[in-house]
Amino acid sequence: MVALHDINKQKPLLDIKQLNIEGFDGEKWSSIVKNMDMKLMRGEVLGLIGESGAGKSTLGLAAMGYTQTGCRIASGSIHFDGLSLTDAPEQSVIELRGSRISYVAQSAAASFNPAHKLIDQFAEGPVQHGIMSYTEAVEKAIDLFRRLDLPDPENIGFRYPHQVSGGQLQRAMVAMAMATDPDIIIFDEPTTALDVTTQIEVLVAIKDVIKELNTAAIYITHDLAVVAQLADRIMVLRHGNLIEAGDARQMLDNPKEDYTRRLLAVRSLGEEKIRNEKDPNVILDINGVSAGYQKGVNIVQDINLRVKRRKTVAVVGESGSGKTTVARIVTGLLPARGGQISFSGERLSPDLASRDRECLRRLQMIYQMPDVALNPRQKIKTIIGRPLSFYFGMKGKEVTARVKELLGMVELPESYIDRYPAELSGGEKQRICIARALAANPDLIICDEVTSALDQLVAEGILNLLQRLQNELGISYLFITHDLATVKAIADEIVVMYKGRIVEQGLKSEILKPPHHDYTQLLLSSVPEMDPDWLDNLLEERAAA
Amino acid sequence: MNKLAAMITKRIVFGVLTLFAISLLIFVGVEALPGDLAEAILGQNATPETIQAFRTELKLDLPAHERYFAWINAFVHGDLGKSLANGRPIAEVIGWRFANSLLLAGATALFAIPLAIILGLLAAIYRDSWFDKCISMVTLSAISLPEFFVAYILIALLSVQIFLFPSISNINDQMSVFQKMHAIFLPCLTLAFVVVGHMMRMTRAAIINVLSSPFIEMAKLKGIGRKRIIVKHALPNALSPIINVVVLNLAYLVVGVVVVEVVFVYPGLGQLLVDAVSKRDLPVVQASGLIFAATYVFLNLTADVLSMLSNPKLRNPR
Repeated sequence: MVALHDINKQKPLLDIKQLNIEGFDGEKWSSIVKNMDMKLMRGEVLGLIGESGAGKSTLGLAAMGYTQTGCRIASGSIHFDGLSLTDAPEQSVIELRGSRISYVAQSAAASFNPAHKLIDQFAEGPVQHGIMSYTEAVEKAIDLFRRLDLPDPENIGFRYPHQVSGGQLQRAMVAMAMATDPDIIIFDEPTTALDVTTQIEVLVAIKDVIKELNTAAIYITHDLAVVAQLADRIMVLRHGNLIEAGDARQMLDNPKEDYTRRLLAVRSLGEEKIRNEKDPNVILDINGVSAGYQKGVNIVQDINLRVKRRKTVAVVGESGSGKTTVARIVTGLLPARGGQISFSGERLSPDLASRDRECLRRLQMIYQMPDVALNPRQKIKTIIGRPLSFYFGMKGKEVTARVKELLGMVELPESYIDRYPAELSGGEKQRICIARALAANPDLIICDEVTSALDQLVAEGILNLLQRLQNELGISYLFITHDLATVKAIADEIVVMYKGRIVEQGLKSEILKPPHHDYTQLLLSSVPEMDPDWLDNLLEERAAA
Repeated sequence: MNKLAAMITKRIVFGVLTLFAISLLIFVGVEALPGDLAEAILGQNATPETIQAFRTELKLDLPAHERYFAWINAFVHGDLGKSLANGRPIAEVIGWRFANSLLLAGATALFAIPLAIILGLLAAIYRDSWFDKCISMVTLSAISLPEFFVAYILIALLSVQIFLFPSISNINDQMSVFQKMHAIFLPCLTLAFVVVGHMMRMTRAAIINVLSSPFIEMAKLKGIGRKRIIVKHALPNALSPIINVVVLNLAYLVVGVVVVEVVFVYPGLGQLLVDAVSKRDLPVVQASGLIFAATYVFLNLTADVLSMLSNPKLRNPR
């Protein structure tokens, strides 16, 4: 009997063999996941990492026997605890979902139904699967909410999703996934949408709960440092292929494949910069500025900051700290209430409407979401050509020639001139946004979270491009971001914001060296590191302090 | 709750303003009708003196803006004026006709709205099945056919071929509810053909639109069945467009059914309006126009308020 028990223990809970998944792109079926093998033991945490399009989410969903609309399992087998999910009748697979295998989505804000209270959504799965009654589910929810450290666990469930914060919602979703004590939980980028300080809370909650209940988990992310904190084993995917798989610590210490090495290297990107120290004039000078949206309520208070020519100033802080508001003040979208802004020595009028065209030209902006910032119905030529005719009155061939030149500057082929934004990838679209900003020949570009929506490797390319353009053209950047890795890579000076005020500012080397302001310390220490023990150590340190 | 109350109050104020704007439009429109009212009514035998006397009596000799304010003032105080055709108070002429119109609309709505929503839900549940395709085709044809055509086909089938229902929907106060329903069955059915298609297709589209939301995928991954997903997860989030299309069709049922009323010789407000226009009974035209407009504005206001109430973010502020 003992021997048999041991054999059962050795049998994987989830066993995927030679799995091929295809997606329909409107014309033909193309491969998303190719010949994938994956095993998951009881209580084991498996990390799936790769950039977007690697097929990691598709593979994660396949573990539930589920494919998104427009996808199909072409061949291969998926066995969960002896049951073949590809052959079993649909009803018995549906019975598994939300009872023995559950799912935590990337954006809890989008994945909770806005029309129902949290508790009702929590209870729906267990009640519908006939596992517990509604009252039992409510008790279970309160218990899990407490374990996950949600404030006011007795009552928070009776709120609607829009009434709790993003980090709390993400934890409520983890609780919902744990409602039926599942054997496997699939975490699909559960912390990607959160800022670093909130990410830690959620990571800790996830780590504690899965350890305590000995749940097996598949943790999908593009962030190696995050997965390093949780996973026992890591699989690296790219374009639907398995690049490398192995024990988490071994892989981080000694990656075998070049691609894994590059993923690891992104974190320590380009610390050294070519600097041109001449011409240190101040291009943008913000003096004692406050502003807000409602009467009498200031979102940002008493902002003082200076951007020098050929320099990059990074404004960092968590969401809600007022960093984007600063960008809106500089661009004039939100007129400042007090204080003064001067732009290369001249006083800048606070609202957009009363600035002249020359002033508009010299101050350009690049946005977080290139998808939204580009008109999908215009060709690249029109998009980049517009500032050329607006600011410089160029026409016809002159425009075409200059657009081609600009495309060259952002390292895109000239042939893109006749394409529509939809035909480009996310990174390419962001390059188009950069080219559009460059077309105006600006002195200062405000970059609002320009790399947040991109994968790490693509983001690295964008940052290198921005750096090169600064060296060649002498542009200054005001760089708004919550990502400290980006800051380390590109900034000359750092401004740390918290609750609408600047809490610390100075040269990068000074800010990144202790002693720090308390909040800077919190931000810095919250950036996940590759060290698998980082999270545990950090918590010990914080507990001791 | 304050925000919601403020929004609703704002809507009501806008509704009242809209009504005033419409009253002005109606007045200007009637003013712009060609020909002289007095001459048209008194006919060729009129002497200049009788025409002058007639004008003075109707206050047609006053400037337009004074007549407008006099009309609006009387209207607000419940006095709709007198019919030119027979000298009876307009309230009396319009009252029972309007009640008839409401009866026809109400009877149609009572079975058309639930039918449309249930069909829409079923079409969404069994999306792309033969059931969905059939129902889409039938409703599309029903929308595309002109209503008088549908009306005559129904008369030919259910009144001429087999005599089940009368082709002339005459109703009066002596009839019992059942008799009335029997009398107006064919116009109801005709109207239902027109409105069910719209509402059903909008319900289906609104639900399918919500079905691509991440929270629907989440529900699927929680192992929830398809029917429950549609009814519990998709429907509450698709209410706003559905409410709007339902109310729009209700408004159509009250104010847009002139053609059907004429075909079935039904004594509704629409037919009265047509008669009044041909008889140049301008006070009646103005009054019915304004009643139609008020109904329309009121129903749209209801739709706006219901849509707001269907939004959990507005119902439960942070």
